[in-house]
Amino acid sequence: MGKWTRRAFIATGITTGLAAGGGVVVGIALRPGNQVKELAPKLGEENGKLVHTYIRIDSDNTITALIPQAELGQGVQTSLGQMLAEELDADWNHFEMEEAPALGEYATYSVGRAFLLAGVDFPDFAIPSIDGAFMRVADSLNLQITGGSMSVRTTGVLAMRTAGAATREMLLQAAAETWKIPVSEITTENSHVMHATSGRREPYAAFASRLADMTPSQLPTFKDPADYKIVGTHKPRRDIPAKVDGSLKFSLDVRLPDMLYASVMRSPVPGASLLSLDDSEARAIDGVTDVVVIPQASVSSMVGETLSTDAVAVVADSYWSANEALKLLKPEWSVTGHESISSDQIFAQFERDIAAQVERKTDRVQGEVETAFSTAARVIDADYHVPFLAHTCMEPLNATAEVRNGSAEIWVGCQNPLGFRRDVAQILGMDPEQVTLHNHAMGGGFGRKARPDYAMQAAILAQKVGKPVQLIWSREEDVRQDFYRPAVQSRFRAAFDADNNLLAWENTYTNKNEPVEAPLIPYAVPTQDIGYVNSPVHVPFGAWRSVDHSQHGFFTESFIDEAAYTAGQDPFEFRVGLLADSPRHLAVLTRAAEESLWSSPLPEGRGRGISLQESFGSIVAQVVEVTVEEGKVAVDRVVAVIDPGLAVAPDGMAAQLESGIIYGLTAAMHGEITIENGAVAQSNFHDYQAVRMREAPAIETYVINSGHKIGGAGEPGTPGIAPALANAVFNATGMRVRQLPLDRFDLDYQAVETGTVG
Amino acid sequence: MSTTFWVNGVQQTVDVDPSKPLLWVIREQLELTGTKFGCGIAQCGACTVQIDGQAMRSCVTPVSAVADKRVTTIEGLAPGNGELHPLQQAWIEHQVPQCGYCQSGQLMSAAALLASNPSPNDDEIDAAMQGNICRCGMYGRIRTAIKSVNNVASATEKKLYYSVAGVNHG
Repeated sequence: MGKWTRRAFIATGITTGLAAGGGVVVGIALRPGNQVKELAPKLGEENGKLVHTYIRIDSDNTITALIPQAELGQGVQTSLGQMLAEELDADWNHFEMEEAPALGEYATYSVGRAFLLAGVDFPDFAIPSIDGAFMRVADSLNLQITGGSMSVRTTGVLAMRTAGAATREMLLQAAAETWKIPVSEITTENSHVMHATSGRREPYAAFASRLADMTPSQLPTFKDPADYKIVGTHKPRRDIPAKVDGSLKFSLDVRLPDMLYASVMRSPVPGASLLSLDDSEARAIDGVTDVVVIPQASVSSMVGETLSTDAVAVVADSYWSANEALKLLKPEWSVTGHESISSDQIFAQFERDIAAQVERKTDRVQGEVETAFSTAARVIDADYHVPFLAHTCMEPLNATAEVRNGSAEIWVGCQNPLGFRRDVAQILGMDPEQVTLHNHAMGGGFGRKARPDYAMQAAILAQKVGKPVQLIWSREEDVRQDFYRPAVQSRFRAAFDADNNLLAWENTYTNKNEPVEAPLIPYAVPTQDIGYVNSPVHVPFGAWRSVDHSQHGFFTESFIDEAAYTAGQDPFEFRVGLLADSPRHLAVLTRAAEESLWSSPLPEGRGRGISLQESFGSIVAQVVEVTVEEGKVAVDRVVAVIDPGLAVAPDGMAAQLESGIIYGLTAAMHGEITIENGAVAQSNFHDYQAVRMREAPAIETYVINSGHKIGGAGEPGTPGIAPALANAVFNATGMRVRQLPLDRFDLDYQAVETGTVG
Repeated sequence: MSTTFWVNGVQQTVDVDPSKPLLWVIREQLELTGTKFGCGIAQCGACTVQIDGQAMRSCVTPVSAVADKRVTTIEGLAPGNGELHPLQQAWIEHQVPQCGYCQSGQLMSAAALLASNPSPNDDEIDAAMQGNICRCGMYGRIRTAIKSVNNVASATEKKLYYSVAGVNHG
């Protein structure tokens, strides 16, 4: 199968939908009594009933939601559980959540639908057909992705709410038939069905077995949000107690009888193949049982092709022995032709390709660009760039596999369990049904754990060794063999008239990924020309929390700040003047200014900066306060305002904003992967630093439930911190930061010059 | 060669290479997996345990160095009888963990701090917690949770982390 492009996928999806004739029962297609055998354990106790793909009701009236999204820290199982429980009118005190298995029934068709159709709205009558199409395509593509800040707004809105409401309707119907009274006289509350007139009150469990003969509606009636009791309220996360006593089992904590451990390495320069290997010293280490060559393999999925290049692993009775022995291997890697490439050369290439405008493609063109610039009273320009970034999840990549008798089992933490199962099956030469995948809560994901290379390596190791093997990447391997947030360069021009009105905005950047709208601006600038050139590099690309927004948020919100100062206006007021037609953006920005006391004076050496960024369906404004002392920046305070439409789990939303901001702050302050001699120069947290306690600012978050369509939570906090920080530095020092990370610069040194940093 | 030491109040004797780091002895020989591997070079703090009450990075501590010493891991932090350590309770109350992977180490560092300094100020918290990275960025909540244990949080710090405006309209 070739690489799926957005266009190709849509075409296939629609075609399949038409071929299916619109009569497909989806999403909730699984019927009690018709379960595949792997679901049997999910039935729980003897009297438990799987009344719906996503819902089990036990005889003691405990209700369990099977959540098809993975937990990587974001608390998604609690928030999706809230959405289901709300529509089901479930008793939250007797409501449990567990992750659904990696089976086709739990393909996240709704995530794929939303991702691929990019927010296109369909009339209600068409939804069953469209869902049918996507369910089939998602199933056949093994799509079960947690990412793109999608879980609540797709699986939650489209699947969890539907499952809850449809099951409640079936329970009402079952009670009406049993009690022989009209449905309209029956109500539900706290997992009970009630009839006020007769005083009857029965637990849902009393009717669970009757649901077996009923077909759930795909278009049930939803609650009026004004009646919500669970959604939008604070429900403590259910996964947290096991995270404070060490009892939660990450995939790293899997222990199997006769299990061996392995450490792995690839070539320093990406893409090289193994020519020869001297493993004599490694094999001499106590405890080493094997040295295994893992040949290159490639798999494709919706997130792109994953090329897992040649690797060498040492297998031992201890991870420590394996990793110590790994350091003694003497591999000879092939010459790729990239051995002399450095970061400087990559940026020089970007510079050339932007200047040459080779095959420039456009995201948005409006107005007469040439005229605007040629007749302008004033034109400013600026070049920005950002480096490659690694993900550095706290839990290093790992997977445990066992391959025996024509079947395989794998224990892993990943953002696409069905996809990983398919990919592991493919390299083992098996059918997906021969592979059982156990997905664990992840110690961070940030996009890295959507790439299956580490699971594929573990599977090959287990197959070759014939015993269970736990593969753990060293932190050095994790930093040097990532799929990186790309390095990007971005060139801007802006034109003003004689009255300092911003007339035109021109932007050319290198290498476009997702989301498509990331480089666009919300401001009413009459003439715009935003586009990009392709400038390929040998460093592998990966989705990194907020993907293209992570760089474009910094670029566009810094350059609009430059425009404001050029126009001689306050950066907040300048933005306000360009948002007359965007009331939601305006409200978010204004709230941030109010909460931060934007207009209040600051002492010498301190500064304040603002940013506004819509991403993943949510709008975020941030105000950052800094102190610059002896050339170093300290972040004192961050005020963040988000309009996510509705925060399903308000504390979870706040936590995700805090998290996204610190993740972005780490990148803005310290994050830099450099390329030297074709290879990544950094290796661990000593030279790829993260923000720590001392640097972490106080973060205040404000949530505006505007009532608009529900937006994402996991990523929208990240893009706006870098520009708000850089704008605050300008406010404090007069130095314009156009490159990251900040810790490369001595702002004192620069301050005696004029102009910019970088 | 065998090494004898105490883990969570239980005497343990392991027959391993004396240079093997305590982290891997705890995780592999003793199968106590609450202590995590993060970097292997004492840079991230995920492997933090207490050795005779001091917060130490077990990934760079050879097991020979803990002979006859008392090691406490996250599994031994709670006093027992189903009770949690006050910091564990505070972690739940303030919803500190996101992915949770670093939290064993964070808690062991924080518990060592409070044992020697029941009312730490911000600078003391910074110093004690500087070795523990949280890639989910929950530093603000960690700080507040530490301060809440002996009620040294200010009124501002005790307030909600967020404010919600508007109505529930899905």
